[in-house]
Amino acid sequence: MTELVATTPGLYPLPDWAKQRLSELKGHQKGDLVSGDEGPEIVDAYDQAREEVVADQQGAGLDRIVEGQLRWDDNLAHPLTVHDNVETGGIVRYYDNNNFYRDPEVVGELDFSGDVAAELETASDLLAAGDSLQAVLPGPYSLADLASDEHYSDEAEFLDAVGEFLAGEVEAFPEHETLFLLEPSLVENAPDDDLDARASEAIDAVADATDANVVVHSYWGALEEKVYAHLMDADVDAIGFDVVAGDRSQTLYNINEYGTKDSVALGLVDGQNTLVESPETIRDRIEWVQEQIPAQEFDTVYATSNTELFYLPVNKYQEKLAALAEGVALARGEETEVQA
Amino acid sequence: MSRNADNRAQFVPENHENDHFLLTTVVGSYPKPKWLNRAKDLSEDEDARFDADNLEEAYDDASEVITHEHERTGLDTVVDGEMRRNEMVEFFAHRIDGYEFNGPVKVWGHNYFDKPSVADEVEYDEPWLVDEFEFTRDVASRPVKVPITGPYTLANWSFNEAYDSEEELAYDLADLVNLEIEKLVEAGARYVQIDEPALATTPDDHAIVGECLERIADGIPEEVRIGLHVCYGDYSRIYPELNEFPIDEFDVELCNGGYEQIDVFTEPDFEPDLALGVVDAHTAEVEPVEEIKENIKQGLKVVPPEKLTISPDCGLKLLPREIAYGKMENMVTAAREVEKELDAGEIDLDAPVPTAD
Repeated sequence: MTELVATTPGLYPLPDWAKQRLSELKGHQKGDLVSGDEGPEIVDAYDQAREEVVADQQGAGLDRIVEGQLRWDDNLAHPLTVHDNVETGGIVRYYDNNNFYRDPEVVGELDFSGDVAAELETASDLLAAGDSLQAVLPGPYSLADLASDEHYSDEAEFLDAVGEFLAGEVEAFPEHETLFLLEPSLVENAPDDDLDARASEAIDAVADATDANVVVHSYWGALEEKVYAHLMDADVDAIGFDVVAGDRSQTLYNINEYGTKDSVALGLVDGQNTLVESPETIRDRIEWVQEQIPAQEFDTVYATSNTELFYLPVNKYQEKLAALAEGVALARGEETEVQA
Repeated sequence: MSRNADNRAQFVPENHENDHFLLTTVVGSYPKPKWLNRAKDLSEDEDARFDADNLEEAYDDASEVITHEHERTGLDTVVDGEMRRNEMVEFFAHRIDGYEFNGPVKVWGHNYFDKPSVADEVEYDEPWLVDEFEFTRDVASRPVKVPITGPYTLANWSFNEAYDSEEELAYDLADLVNLEIEKLVEAGARYVQIDEPALATTPDDHAIVGECLERIADGIPEEVRIGLHVCYGDYSRIYPELNEFPIDEFDVELCNGGYEQIDVFTEPDFEPDLALGVVDAHTAEVEPVEEIKENIKQGLKVVPPEKLTISPDCGLKLLPREIAYGKMENMVTAAREVEKELDAGEIDLDAPVPTAD
């Protein structure tokens, strides 16, 4: 019997009051963004905002609770931009979006930081009995891809170093049920022949650092066949696929040709469009994918949005959380309460 | 293909002293007077006795002041600095049926944008810019140019809930832009500029922009000058394709990049007129006249003087107002001096600027 888990890849929009208050407290310029040593007023605003987004998830009935990554001004590059041995360069485009982040320039050894672990501790404190925490990190390949290296000798060594760095961060995490590693760069800027095996080894290094279930989530397209074949060598519990924006036939080809892990994550809700999917649509998409992969019954299906959710205005992000939880409940065959 | 309409002569001022004429213009936006921002804050303050009519009057005043400020720099064509517009997509989305707003979304850091959603088929309701144009025309003594955010950018910078593809949405919006231009032309407009900054980030969509422009230009008389403004892109990816666009003029920023890309446009021959950015919209220092003259000559590598228009790189709204003014003033002075040198035969059109090293 397949277990269905309603969850998200995190990186939520700030509540609107927090957008306002934090921009007043921090400023609008490059040098004003989160550095890892924020003052008490800023910490306080983030604490309050975090409480709200945890409550959003609890209220929606999601099966995993993420911290929300509200401090991640630089999106997935955040774990590096707050690191002591990283300088922040110019503002650069975030993948193919009208979004930008500060280029992290790695100028020294990527030793332990603890920034994300500290965030997760505060989220843990907000959990109710029965809630399960889900940690979120960029995958090592994407994090290396988003950064500039001025310290390590070559691309391969840098990728290994980013993998070891993330593994060290994960070791300091509080208890978590699931770890999502977001790897959009595997699609958007696929590793070449020298790096694709190494990207999977770097993922392995991070996955080895936790007892939690590890999901490597890809989005904005389908993985190239060879990248996927290498990714299957990584010792993770599930690979995530973008069912909304991705090339579904390529994804299904990969899965049916090479198999997939015992569990799977499905990006069923569009994190970049305000059109809110109905719970029935979400249920139908879960069933459709399962029908397309007749050879396998999954242990767990993680039903999620395809991308991070910070692209959305707050009301639509909240509606998407509710739709995901209700869609999963429908797929389980549960009666759902009709929302007023 | 380019419209190649011979509609430039109508913009030559009566007292123009030189035989050559380099049309001087601006891209559109200009720093808002500080008091206008205060007036806007007041109008949003429930305790203040400052209502919508008062705000409208403040907009009128600002438009008049900035139009005249443009004229004092000597520009051949002017705008009102887009005093009534808050943001280039939001302003239009508020005026088009089918759009709705859900709240701000992050662009970077704590910079947000009220990104609208297309929740239904877009439809034309009331004119977007006719009032703005008529007001500016009435206070101006020079021809008025009207910048309009292009349909591709309006589509690309919105959430699309209602259309099967962004392309279909862009074409529907292009039909609305065409309608708007017809109304502007009825009101007397002779110079419009379609702004498509989104093309720079997705240059592979140049054919969609081309089809949008076909719809926009459809039925617009030849004496109406249609420009296209694009900025901060890799132009090798849209050239020579842009030669096929039905436009009179292509306006591009190249000053910011030190004219590194100027050679892209030299082969094959450039079809439309070139409106070249000769002052940087992102540096807060006024370029000296001599430097701007060298920048103008970069344009002569691409088109002959009778096809060259002189413009800042982009909208100037992020600059301090006195810097914006100084840039335009020096730009006009530089253009007039280059015209004189052309009249005197002092510029070698085969090699207007020395090749580097």
